[in-house]
Amino acid sequence: MAMMEYIDAIRLAMKEEMEQDETVFVLGEDVGVKGGVFTTTKGLMDQFGEQRVMDTPLAESAIAGVAIGAAMYGMKPIAEMQYSDFMLPATNQIISEAAKIRYRSNNDWNCPVVIRAPIGGGIFGGLYHSQCPESIFFGTPGLKIVAPFTPYDAKGLLKAAIRDPDPVLFFENKKSYKLIKGEVPEDDYIVPIGKANLLREGDDITVIGYSQPLHFVMQAAEELEKEEGITAHVVDLRTLQPLDREAIIEAARHTGKVLIVHEDNKTGGIGAEVSAIINEECLFELDAPIERLCAPDVPAMPISPPMEKFYMLNKDKVKEAMRRLAMY
Amino acid sequence: MSDQTQWNDVTMPQLAESLVSATIAKWLKQPGDTVEQFEPICEVITDKVNAEIPSTLDGIMGDLLAEEGQTVAVGELICRIQTKSAAPTASTGGAAPAASASQGNVQAQSQQSAGSDQSMRGRFSPAVQTLAAEHNVDLSRVPGTGMGGRITRKDVLNFVQQGGSAPTGVTDQTTGTTQGQGSPFAGIQQSAAQHSAPVQNMDPTIPVRNSGIHLTEAPKVPMIEVEGGNNNRSEYFIDVTPIRSAIARNMRQSVSEIPHAWTTIEVDVTNLVMLRNKIKNEFKQKEGINITYLAFLMKAVVNAIKEYPIMNSVWAVDKIIIKRDINISLAVGTEDSVLTPVIKKADQKNIAGLAREIDDLARKTREGTLKLDDMQGGTFTVNNTGSFGSILSYPVINYPQAAILTFESIVKRPVVIDDMIAVRSMANLCLSLDHRILDGVICGRFLQRVKENLEGYTLDTKLY
Repeated sequence: MAMMEYIDAIRLAMKEEMEQDETVFVLGEDVGVKGGVFTTTKGLMDQFGEQRVMDTPLAESAIAGVAIGAAMYGMKPIAEMQYSDFMLPATNQIISEAAKIRYRSNNDWNCPVVIRAPIGGGIFGGLYHSQCPESIFFGTPGLKIVAPFTPYDAKGLLKAAIRDPDPVLFFENKKSYKLIKGEVPEDDYIVPIGKANLLREGDDITVIGYSQPLHFVMQAAEELEKEEGITAHVVDLRTLQPLDREAIIEAARHTGKVLIVHEDNKTGGIGAEVSAIINEECLFELDAPIERLCAPDVPAMPISPPMEKFYMLNKDKVKEAMRRLAMY
Repeated sequence: MSDQTQWNDVTMPQLAESLVSATIAKWLKQPGDTVEQFEPICEVITDKVNAEIPSTLDGIMGDLLAEEGQTVAVGELICRIQTKSAAPTASTGGAAPAASASQGNVQAQSQQSAGSDQSMRGRFSPAVQTLAAEHNVDLSRVPGTGMGGRITRKDVLNFVQQGGSAPTGVTDQTTGTTQGQGSPFAGIQQSAAQHSAPVQNMDPTIPVRNSGIHLTEAPKVPMIEVEGGNNNRSEYFIDVTPIRSAIARNMRQSVSEIPHAWTTIEVDVTNLVMLRNKIKNEFKQKEGINITYLAFLMKAVVNAIKEYPIMNSVWAVDKIIIKRDINISLAVGTEDSVLTPVIKKADQKNIAGLAREIDDLARKTREGTLKLDDMQGGTFTVNNTGSFGSILSYPVINYPQAAILTFESIVKRPVVIDDMIAVRSMANLCLSLDHRILDGVICGRFLQRVKENLEGYTLDTKLY
């Protein structure tokens, strides 16, 4: 095991999969010579050549379209969207083609494509470099969506996504790239898609989340336990589509008080669906109204640093919400 | 526990809207010093001004967490102040939880609230009802520790675990155990928790597409390094000061956003020179300050702006904002910088009043005692470039104003008047204008009005 940054785990997953399966290839803007704007694909072109690490024009619909076509023809493309904000021109390809091809062709065709896209703000990137678009794709059957929080899960889930016979959107958090470090095995393993993970056990409240905000949740949970004796049961969803219903229900039952945390805005977000599942399955075990702590419903991440700070979640906001729920 | 000391965190305040960090220049209080409310505890340098940070409470200075010369982000801890009372004094940090020194844990707090507020005592959640039915618990006997005296799911579980028979005993025991978990040093823990907060604030700087217009990091306190390297003695470095950096940013913003146009006009100030020579000794004696040409110019400019209020405006893309107050920014140069303190409501002042303001601001600038308030709200800038011998200049507009005017050197020149040559005291006025707002004709008229006002001074002109 090696201590690794989140971004290194993602790069390692692609490298390993490309080494052992020559149908795997990478395409996207600046992924080759530059090695990606965040260095996610750094070194891959040197190792695998420009036939397997392709720099594309600035046209996301073409990147997705080419990848989908290649996938239907038997390749295993990993298409990179430089920022998830730039992904919207490719939504037609992703939602109308990739997600539906197996169903439309009555199982004759499938589309094992992976589309990687960095989500999230807090990097002074403003409107075009900070969005969390998971809710746009979330309600689309036929797509799988993963959003890892730990480096271990980032590697394991990306490998699982590459091997998956159907399209998978891989939302990696750009703020986590260098911030989140963890033990990552250097051998071959996968983290199964569709399985949530219990990060922490506790008895007072249940917190359910995914991606970078869990960093704040874990910090807040530790402080609350030390300072006030409040213990939190923390679940990392890891996969957003399909949601791990069993894990959600079990965690909700465990304390009867649920807080859902994510950076995507509140209305129509993942939290709404998680809340609905809990409501459908375990109303009579609830001890408090289900709470959601998310970004506000405003059109964009502000570029002004104080306003960005206001928009973003942080440890104090999470801690306050957790404390309030514990006191209820 | 009531006389336990409490540590209050002091964070870097937001001294101005755009400020994200400031540099500690000097600590005025050392650990152990007594601090009174509103007493300055340290001096800070920002890219706007130098300021003092006042204490928000009475107490004793604790640890200094930022060194002199260190740049601290707004909201980060700079020091702690110790107070005596156990009453929850408002911490300057803002986000600090209101946990008082004696009541650090949930159960204790809710126990307390259970005593007063019982509004939720009769509301049972589905989980509580399910558990009560399952274990045959009479809910009226279960003590509620939730908000408003509500019985929580955990209360029922505890009650069942305790045998469900001794409600009073249970209360004591739950309180006892949870008290045990909480620490008597809750105040200290609170401040330890605060201490760890900045770590989480330190974002990894991930490269994003960067226009390069602004510095991401506040510049360091200047250090002049003579003969910096071993091998290169042909040059040395000067660190950019916060003020230099602000000047650079403002100038660049002005030049890149505002389409500048430039015009100049010649004024005969012979009468003004005579007037000043006549009154200057008397004025000095009476007021204790020098009467300068600048005060007369300022009056002439302000009166002209009143006739052409468009000069006193700001470009706002889909509209032009005309400012009713005429606040004149006065460019004051020092050895290594230039600042633009503001004479507020200059149109309400007479020549003597303007002279006094000019003297005051110039002195404050040289002494470095300008306050943030002295720097804000300018609507039009005047620069006395004649003071360093210039006869013609092309000023950069003080963003986001509409125009800037310079007053050049007064020189004696032969001038033709009525086909005769006379020796007159002449001066140039140069005007840079925002061509989005202003055009040649209006600026020409404005300058003509300034010229008429200046040439209209006579030996009888009143200063008061």
